[in-house]
Amino acid sequence: MGWLSAPNARIAAGERAVCNWDEDAVTLAVEAARTCLAGSPAPGSLVLASTTLPFSDRSNATLVATALDLPAATETADLGGTLRAATTALAQACRRADGVHTLVVGADAREARPGSPEEMEFGAAAVALLVAPGTHAVGGPVLAEVRASTHHAADFVDHYRMHGEAFDYAFEERWVRDEGIAKLLPATIERALAAAGIGAGEVQHCVLPVAAAAAQRVVRATGLERAQLTDAQRLTCGDAGVAQPLVMLAAALEAANPGDNILLVGFGQGVDVLVLRVPRDAKPARHRPLQAALARRHEEASYTRYLSHRGLLAVDFGKRAERDNRSAASVMWRKSRQVTGFVGGRCSACQTVQYPKTHVCVNPACRAQDTQEDFRLAELSGRVKSFTEDWQAYAPRPPAVYGNIEFAGGGNLLMEIADAEAGEMKVDTPVRFVFRIKDVDPLRAFRRYFWKATRA
Amino acid sequence: MAQGICDRVAIIGMGCTRFSERWDAGPEDLMVEAVGEALADAGIARDAIGAAWLGVFFDEQSTGKSALPLSMALRLPNVPVTRVENLCATGTEALRGAVYAVAAGACDIALAVGVEKLKDTGYSGLPERTKGTFEDLYLPGSTAPGAFAQLASAYAARHGYSIDQLREAMAHISVKSHENGARNPKAHLRNRITPAQVLAAPMIAYPLGVFDCCGVSDGAACAIVTTPEKARALGKRDFVTVKALQLAPSNGVEMGHQSWDGSYTLTTRLAAARAFAEAGIARPREAIDLMEVHDCFSITELVLMEDLGFSDPGRAPHDVLAGRYDRDGDIPCQMDGGLKCFGHPIGATGLRMAYEVYLQLLGRAGERQLKSPALGLTHNLGGIPNRNVASVAIFGLAA
Repeated sequence: MGWLSAPNARIAAGERAVCNWDEDAVTLAVEAARTCLAGSPAPGSLVLASTTLPFSDRSNATLVATALDLPAATETADLGGTLRAATTALAQACRRADGVHTLVVGADAREARPGSPEEMEFGAAAVALLVAPGTHAVGGPVLAEVRASTHHAADFVDHYRMHGEAFDYAFEERWVRDEGIAKLLPATIERALAAAGIGAGEVQHCVLPVAAAAAQRVVRATGLERAQLTDAQRLTCGDAGVAQPLVMLAAALEAANPGDNILLVGFGQGVDVLVLRVPRDAKPARHRPLQAALARRHEEASYTRYLSHRGLLAVDFGKRAERDNRSAASVMWRKSRQVTGFVGGRCSACQTVQYPKTHVCVNPACRAQDTQEDFRLAELSGRVKSFTEDWQAYAPRPPAVYGNIEFAGGGNLLMEIADAEAGEMKVDTPVRFVFRIKDVDPLRAFRRYFWKATRA
Repeated sequence: MAQGICDRVAIIGMGCTRFSERWDAGPEDLMVEAVGEALADAGIARDAIGAAWLGVFFDEQSTGKSALPLSMALRLPNVPVTRVENLCATGTEALRGAVYAVAAGACDIALAVGVEKLKDTGYSGLPERTKGTFEDLYLPGSTAPGAFAQLASAYAARHGYSIDQLREAMAHISVKSHENGARNPKAHLRNRITPAQVLAAPMIAYPLGVFDCCGVSDGAACAIVTTPEKARALGKRDFVTVKALQLAPSNGVEMGHQSWDGSYTLTTRLAAARAFAEAGIARPREAIDLMEVHDCFSITELVLMEDLGFSDPGRAPHDVLAGRYDRDGDIPCQMDGGLKCFGHPIGATGLRMAYEVYLQLLGRAGERQLKSPALGLTHNLGGIPNRNVASVAIFGLAA
């Protein structure tokens, strides 16, 4: 899009994370949450913070919780409306008096007009944090303690997006820097540092999800020169909206040493500031989820395909794309745990794992009736038993790649294979499973989700 | 102990339309055309039919549900008509109904009709359809070529072939069927092709190119059956009897159990074993003189040679390339061009296969005629390798 604006083209650098056709804020949230929860006890609460949730009226957080197969007693809430939704959710989770653990997920997949500066700046990402309020942490090592949080509400409109609109409208960034960031952030940061009982010189990592020039103003105004400004991942991920403070926090945590203080800022019609400290007895992080996620990159080489996935280019998918994708709500509810939670059955008589869960065991040597117990398949590994690349089937990203997938430990299912280019699959390719958009129903403005195999 | 169907039912007349993109004909035209030929062949009047079975797969496409499309097209005198559907085994299923009715003594003469009008969809390939309200929530939006193409990757992995080696054998299968189809005036595709053309064709679903896929055709086929006694009473001397008629549907093992490796069709093996037993055939490789198998795709025909027991495990590519199933081979396969070239109007296909075997047994196959065949086999595989309905029928001359 360089022809449109040479100055804009000059800011194009590095790469940014975009959704495949079958990803959105919900699927990103599920992926981040699974990584976060691996091995942890289920949280009592799940808060999904985003400005780009697919459903305006249908609990996206409940959809995510169902995909994670969390207990039905889980409290679920969507939080949105501002790019500081995730930092607000984090602060609230820390202040819970009832001791309930909260899974805070920040996820955004913002759309940008072709050729706009946002198109070169925005990235799609989700980050999940498991928060234990109070002093009782359970279920794993503590990555950081939140020592203080302060807030400032200001209806400062640096950009906005009206309900139902696809794109942001942004105002002049110099005005945002001078009148917004430079004036609103320092006072809130100073309050937070005071509440935490530390001076600016004691902060080692500063998470400032604002433009670099504006961040420098804040650093100078608050005496944070000794702190390291956490990399905003602009060359690897892009500005992830609501998730951006958490993406940067993840980067800070991966770089931090035991005892380090981290200043975390959220900005959007006001300011959230949290002061975190890495425990002195923390072991150097072995798990680096941000680096791991960035390493799982899958390059999109076609700009027109990117535009098509975004719904910004009306390509000809052929007559097979006219198929009616009406969903039966009654079936979706009846099979909710099976479909959204990817819960199959395991026969209590012969231990055979199977999907879907049925009345009669599929094992030809067993065939016992009503013996199957719920068994979740989502976290299993698997392998490709057979596959094809189908150029005839309608697929938003042809060819449709699908195959017989064998689950480690039992079970077999014909599944779509996500993120696979033609020529990539082989028999025996190891796979894992990801929660993705299964079908889109343009007639009724609905999308439904299921799990797909993808290269492990 | 059930005695089976062997030699208890005679086929006294058959009909089959030209299979093609029959822009000129609707399902009622096709049924009338096929049944007219069969009635003339049997030498009976339409009103001699005591009951009828109608096989249609895509009822929603144009033919419609129920007994009515057949009953009304032929203005049958309100005799019982049963509409059946069993995926690509639909035509054979219609025949099974008629044959069983005659064997049961429920009627003297029964009619089995299969019809499909596919080419009113407005696009190439098979029509799109729902897989069911639950299945649509989790199964891939697959096509028939995509579902069957997977046989190739699994077969190659199991038996140590490269995909290129497999494609060479698959190409031979398609070239052979085109050679046969070229000799059949009723076939949809009558052009001869070369292996190089097959291998260079556009990919439909890897590794199936367009010449690895059968035709999508309109057509109808039918059979008129009665008891051998009645056949003789009607003046028939040499006539064809049903030796076996077997059906084996999946129960979910292939889709959901790890015992299936994706490289073969489980139900074909089961149906074939039962059919050979029903027909009293101990050594099928020596006994069967010709076969019409469900070659919806070249890879399907290849694995079927093993599933039906005609090739040893892992040897089908070798046998195919050696010409064993060519028109001049040990067991000619798809003498009429098969699904590949005769075409595949789904509901009619099983009866179309029986039609070719019937013509061959009676010495009426014209340019395609084999030298005095005594037993012919037909096979359908409805659905996809993961879950399907297999039928195997065996026909021979009356003892």
